[in-house]
Amino acid sequence: MKQIIKILSILIAIAAFWIGLLESSVVPRSNTWLLPIYLIVSLGCYGLLMVGVGLMKFPTCPQEAGLLQKDVAEAKEFLKQRGIDVASD
Amino acid sequence: MEKEKNKYSIIVPTYNERLNIALLVYLIFKHLKDVDFEIIVVDDGSPDGTQEVVKQLQKLYGEDRILLRARPRKLGLGTAYIHGLKHASGNFVVIMDADLSHHPKYLPSFIRKQIETGANIVTGTRYVRGGGVHGWNLMRKLTSRGANVLAQTLLWPGVSDLTGSFRLYQRSVLEDVINSCVSKGYVFQMEMIVRASRKGCHIAEVPITFVDRVYGSSKLGGSEIVEYLKGLAYLLVTT
Repeated sequence: MKQIIKILSILIAIAAFWIGLLESSVVPRSNTWLLPIYLIVSLGCYGLLMVGVGLMKFPTCPQEAGLLQKDVAEAKEFLKQRGIDVASD
Repeated sequence: MEKEKNKYSIIVPTYNERLNIALLVYLIFKHLKDVDFEIIVVDDGSPDGTQEVVKQLQKLYGEDRILLRARPRKLGLGTAYIHGLKHASGNFVVIMDADLSHHPKYLPSFIRKQIETGANIVTGTRYVRGGGVHGWNLMRKLTSRGANVLAQTLLWPGVSDLTGSFRLYQRSVLEDVINSCVSKGYVFQMEMIVRASRKGCHIAEVPITFVDRVYGSSKLGGSEIVEYLKGLAYLLVTT
C-alpha cells in the first residue's frame, strides 16, 4: 500500500471518529467542533518539539576535525614520498 | 572464514577531487588491511586532472585494486552508481563520497556490522550516539532536523539518517533498488533507502561522524529545500 494511502486512511479514520462524536453528542457539540483545531495545534507542537529536542541533542564531533587534519597530513606525506603530485592549487 | 570470501567494491563518484581522491585512496588502504576490495572511481570528466592522479594511484596500488571508469561529462550521481556497479566484481558494494566527509576508518565497522547481522544494507547514521557532525552552523542543523522530522513523520522509513550516503549494500540488493530510483542529488539517497525499506530489506545502522568538506564548504539553499520537499511528496505517492 502506498504511503500516502496509509496516511490518508489514518486521517479518514480520525475524521470518521470525529463525525461520530458530533452526531452522537456524547460530549457537548461546541467542544467537539474544536477537536480538529486541537489536533492540528498538537501536531505542530509535536513537530516543533522534535526539531527543538533534535537541535539541542544534535551530536557534534569537533575532535574529529582535528583527527581528520592529522590523517590528511599523514596521507599527503605518504603521497609525496611516492611521487604522486597532489599539490593543492 | 566468511570474511575471506567476501569482496567489497567501493564506488566513489568524483568531480574535481584530485587531492581528495588521493587522500581517500590512501586512507582506504590504511584501514582495510585484511579485506578483499577494489575501488571504482567514476569520474565525470573533471578538468582538474583527477583522472591523472587516479592513474598514478593505479601504478602505485595496482590496476586491479583501483579501477578508473570515467564518463565524458557530468551526468549525475544516480547514473554514476549504476555506471560503477556495472564494473564492480565484489558481492558487496560500498558507496561513499570522495570529499572525505565520509572517513574510511568506518569501513571496518560497516563490514563487521554486516557480518554480525547479515543485513542487506548497512547505512551510516550521523544522528545516534557515537555519530555526529562537525562544521555545520545553526541554520544547517535546523534545516537538517526539520527535514528529518518531516520525513520520519510522513514516510516511517525505519532508519534514522535518510540523506546520508555512506552505505554498504549487498550487490544484488543495490542492483535491484537502484533501477527503480529516479531522483537526483541527495533526494536520490533518500529514495534508495526508502525503497529498500519498502521491499523488506534488512537495514542495519552504524554511527559515523561527518566532517563537512575540508576543502570548500557545502551550501544548502532554498532550491535544495524545494527539491527535498518535492522528493518527499514523490516518495509519499510512489512508495
